[in-house]
Amino acid sequence: MEKATEQAKTPLMRLKGINMVFKKPGALFADKNIHVLKDIDLEIGEKEIVALVGESGCGKTTLGKIITGLYRPTSGEVYFEGERVSGTFDKKISSYNQVQFIQQDSYAALNPVRTIYQSLYAPIKTHNRKWSRARIDERIEELMGLIGLLPSAQFLSKYPHQLSGGQRQRILMARAISLEPKLIVADEPVSMIDVSLRLSLLNLMKELNEKLDMSFVYISHDLSTTRYIAHSGRVAVMYLGEIVEVGKIGDVIASPRHPYTRALLQAVPIPDPDFKGNDELPLKSMQLGSLENRGEGCSFFDRCLYADDACRKKFGPVKTETAEVLCCGLDRVPTAPVFEKIIQTEENS
Amino acid sequence: MQTNRDNIAVFSHVSIDYPLKKYTLRAVTDITFELKRGAITALVGESGSGKTTLASSLIRCISEPGRVAEGEITFYGKDGEERLDLLPDPKMRAFRWSKVSMVFQAAQSALNPVLTVREQFTETLEAHGEKLSKEEREAKFSDLLGYVKLDAERVLASYPHELSGGMKQRVMIAFALLLDPELIILDEPTTALDVITQNYIFTLLKQINREKGISMLLMTHDISVVAKFADYVGVMYGGRLMEYGDVRTVFHRRRHPYTAGLIGATPSIIGDISEMKPIEGSPPDLLHLPKGCIFAPRCPRCSDVCLTEEPPMREYGDGSKGKCYFFGEADDGKGN
Repeated sequence: MEKATEQAKTPLMRLKGINMVFKKPGALFADKNIHVLKDIDLEIGEKEIVALVGESGCGKTTLGKIITGLYRPTSGEVYFEGERVSGTFDKKISSYNQVQFIQQDSYAALNPVRTIYQSLYAPIKTHNRKWSRARIDERIEELMGLIGLLPSAQFLSKYPHQLSGGQRQRILMARAISLEPKLIVADEPVSMIDVSLRLSLLNLMKELNEKLDMSFVYISHDLSTTRYIAHSGRVAVMYLGEIVEVGKIGDVIASPRHPYTRALLQAVPIPDPDFKGNDELPLKSMQLGSLENRGEGCSFFDRCLYADDACRKKFGPVKTETAEVLCCGLDRVPTAPVFEKIIQTEENS
Repeated sequence: MQTNRDNIAVFSHVSIDYPLKKYTLRAVTDITFELKRGAITALVGESGSGKTTLASSLIRCISEPGRVAEGEITFYGKDGEERLDLLPDPKMRAFRWSKVSMVFQAAQSALNPVLTVREQFTETLEAHGEKLSKEEREAKFSDLLGYVKLDAERVLASYPHELSGGMKQRVMIAFALLLDPELIILDEPTTALDVITQNYIFTLLKQINREKGISMLLMTHDISVVAKFADYVGVMYGGRLMEYGDVRTVFHRRRHPYTAGLIGATPSIIGDISEMKPIEGSPPDLLHLPKGCIFAPRCPRCSDVCLTEEPPMREYGDGSKGKCYFFGEADDGKGN
């Protein structure tokens, strides 16, 4: 029966029960298991922008790398267009180019002794062995136009250190789209970019999403840029390797349900000196829980104001009207919105 | 004119140079502004705007070979005034940390990895000739760490790597308070931290500012943090102070096109995001600055005069000032 439903929907990407465990070497024979991702289920539709947000260490980059095929999950299944890709990786890895990754640090992601031209040429040639030099050049020219670095000759002969951070980030974007992937995983693509240039990069990603129908997974800890890029998409809030709340980003901001999402939203600084927020966050403790030897119960237990003994048992996600929330005591969590007034931008995709 | 009782430190026509092999790079050009006593003043700017260089000049910590080439930096402390740019090195060493301390961007590299927190605290006390008995010292340490809500006993015995990022930054804050300074410089204190920890650190800093009356100078690139945290703000661009004023005036009146551009390019989680615009172009190259106003190539209001002559600093009357020919012109007074 499950097969049938799978066939019916066939989302672009489907993650089912993903677990990721890293071994941390301890004293002799006492290796510790670091449970980085726990039972992740997520679907990414065609043309959709899905944002993964959470604190550092919540596993959002690890999940991004699993989606891209850079990591193999310890357990769980990854489907791309209905076809299972995890597990069969070794044979298929070279043809798994429909999903591309944009790294956070554009300086580290480009080979310092290769020119921009060489960095763009290599992946195209590798995946299109029969293409002539002229055809590849034409494609590179087209890409440079898409990312707005023209005239291209001015940039192609340069080395990464000769470009600014914003330009390098654009080059990474060009390299990611050069093989016309269906899905791009962008890991904090603007966190190292100056404020005045951030928006133009985010606009570029929106444009690629709309014009070339590419899906995006946008990984960030910054909810404000997330809202900007994914305002018609979905957001998955992660905490200690679990997705604690997933829903349309407008809904999640307007009526957050998970106690962690509520605290996270309240902590976001608002660029208005007259905004009066409550500095006291609804959290019991500042300390992030441990990933080592996790039990079955709620991983937010130690910091949650609303936790009781029931939360120590295993439980699954709950569907609310607008979102899917991983919290067993939802009836105890306040429902009042975190923000009194939100200016919604109407745009239905 | 304000009296110096209002100000903790005053920069007067300060320029800072980096003499390099073939040329001299001017990282900070002719900056005049004051830090109000007891207030939190923010310096906001993009990377390379000179904010860290300017703030470091207060404690002569500009990275080599930078030096103050022109201007005066005066500190008005409890023990009288002090010309910081003229202070001889040994006196500067005593001054640094006891009057002005600093919380650095990366706490993990600011703390010594091979000393415990207790050893580092003790070392600093001794270097500044504080003669305290062991009991007094321990009491002071636990007092300070308790203030930043850390478990003193555990933290004092820990090495930096045994603490989380947020804890290390709080240790740094306690460290900055160690010698009861009058001014604390905060250099992007939460860049590497997530929003929840960031909120917590700033709440703590604001509490220190209000309760202990310590003045603060915050450097950041994040406009939202300025809005939430600061009382006054200086906006820097290409080594120049483009605008200065109290936070509400700067945010609501949007008198300077660069500030307006920055605010207009910062998405908010609750505000209107349909009309956000990036600032076109890219930040200036300090070695090849354009003639006239350095923001002119990116400025939506640029006119002929902007391309020929650098605009002077214009005062608005309510304490705010800006480097623009059209400063405050578009201000209809309805901003508030």
